[in-house]
Amino acid sequence: MDMLVYIVNDPNIRWIILGCMLLGLSSGVIGSFMVLQQKSLIGDALAHAALPGICIAFMLLGVKSTAGFLIGALIAGMLATVGIRWITEHSRIKQDAAMGIVLSFFFGIGVLLLTRIQHSGNGGQSGLDKFLFGQAASMMRQDLYLLTGISIVLIAVCILLFKQFKLVSFDRGFAKGLGWPVVWLEQIILLLTVFVVVAGIQAVGVVLMSALLITPAVAARYWTDRLHIMIILAGIFGAVSGAAGTVSSSMVSQLPTGPVTVLAATLIFAISALFAPRRGWLARLWQHRRNRLEWNNKGGVSHEQ
Amino acid sequence: MSSDFWIMLTAALMSASCGLLGCFLILRKMALIGDAISHAVLPGIAIAFLLSGGRDSMAMMIGATALGLIAVFLIQWLQSSGIQSDASIGIIFTALFAVGVILVSLNARNIDLDLDCVLFGEIAYVQWDTWMMNGIDMGPRSVWMLGFALLVILTLLGLFYKQFKITAFDPAMAAACGIPVMLFHYLLMGMVSMTSVASFESVGAILVVGMLVIPAATAYLLTDRLGRMLIYSVIVGVVSSIVGYYTAYILNASIGGSIVTIAGIFFIITFLLSPRHGILFRKLQQKRIASSMTSN
Repeated sequence: MDMLVYIVNDPNIRWIILGCMLLGLSSGVIGSFMVLQQKSLIGDALAHAALPGICIAFMLLGVKSTAGFLIGALIAGMLATVGIRWITEHSRIKQDAAMGIVLSFFFGIGVLLLTRIQHSGNGGQSGLDKFLFGQAASMMRQDLYLLTGISIVLIAVCILLFKQFKLVSFDRGFAKGLGWPVVWLEQIILLLTVFVVVAGIQAVGVVLMSALLITPAVAARYWTDRLHIMIILAGIFGAVSGAAGTVSSSMVSQLPTGPVTVLAATLIFAISALFAPRRGWLARLWQHRRNRLEWNNKGGVSHEQ
Repeated sequence: MSSDFWIMLTAALMSASCGLLGCFLILRKMALIGDAISHAVLPGIAIAFLLSGGRDSMAMMIGATALGLIAVFLIQWLQSSGIQSDASIGIIFTALFAVGVILVSLNARNIDLDLDCVLFGEIAYVQWDTWMMNGIDMGPRSVWMLGFALLVILTLLGLFYKQFKITAFDPAMAAACGIPVMLFHYLLMGMVSMTSVASFESVGAILVVGMLVIPAATAYLLTDRLGRMLIYSVIVGVVSSIVGYYTAYILNASIGGSIVTIAGIFFIITFLLSPRHGILFRKLQQKRIASSMTSN
């Protein structure tokens, strides 16, 4: 407990916790749209694809620079989404296989480059492998500013285009029928996702970033049928998981931030799936029982006729 | 025997097993389940390692196969409770993988089980990790594990080829024929888990999925017959592992990474140039049809 007080009092860690909460918030918000569009695993492909982008940026620049990594990962992420679309449009390979191909191919290149950099003996590379599972403690003040900026932009765009995003996510065909630029709107959502993924890699790592997009959003879906409430809830769930991950990984050495954050999110999901009103497992069990009781009280089907 | 030989044999055995199973995953549109399984076996490996107190191959194989099947079961359970299939895959595999990473990193003092090794494999060291039986050196352990996995796959596929084939193309018809579809589903998933475990030491948990999906997808673009697809897939996998090994040697980089990269390059070439399903050929055909239309 003393440890916890110490951590919360440490201004440095407080900043990092704030950063991870912002990250969880923005990924929860944009993840809700991705989940509703049934594109949950695109985030996974984007995150894996970011690794070669980061490595190439490092090879070109020779130093670790967050802005450089961001641009590298952004380009790689865009290439990956184009690749997935290209493969599904121009061959008989389905979306899931296309995603598997692009994801593992990019990641393979990433691992190849990463090990090449590590063997090259460049002293500046140390800590580059932290991008795999994230080390929130390595976040600097600039990274935090970046995260804050991204979160503000993201939330602002989501509020401004809320109506548009909503219709595109729920009924793409209808939005198209209204003459809306559906493809553009989808691209904006995708671009925002890439931003979040790239920003989140430092804290959560490429392997588990997708969980921050998917799990809080699905958990939030259990509690409500209204989109804006779902988005707010997903943001809160994400923020709580981010904080939990940071705190526990700064308390225990050797513990990467990403996995703990993911487990916290999974715990929230499990609680939601079990106990949420109406949709949760318990509520449905209860409803089922009550239905049966009512049915029996009425005397069943044979007496009603 | 030279280390080159053992490394390439390990990689070839791994890619042959993955290539065979990958075909069925692609045909059943379950490529991402393969991805999920290969991530989800990590806690199984870690738990087996902690319980057995060492690298007991059999314990790892059983632990990880069990975890893989649990993952498949959980994914299906979430799906049946109304969550989209890709979202449930995403939730389950990240959660299990996170458990695995935590278990491994908390035991980081164990040199035998470090995170990099589990993730990217240490294929370069296979020949030093030998299997001793009654004090006799039987050769690298990974080769035995992968050989065992390949043997199981070949036996099961050989015995039930027709059943697997019908289930892959038309599960409804398979069910109508009285084939226990669910049994074959779990058999396939069990084999994928087993292969993921056996290969995690050579290419690592993350890149297994590349070897499951990429060679099979390449073969899928080359032929319409399942038998040939299986053969092509194995060939692509084995050739990429040999070329990948030399590439890694030249670049002084991870062998697992370069094997998957080479496989990916083979896929791109096939995607562009395949005689029937390649982009170039399709464009040519379109042109020919267009010109014959105009000349009429």
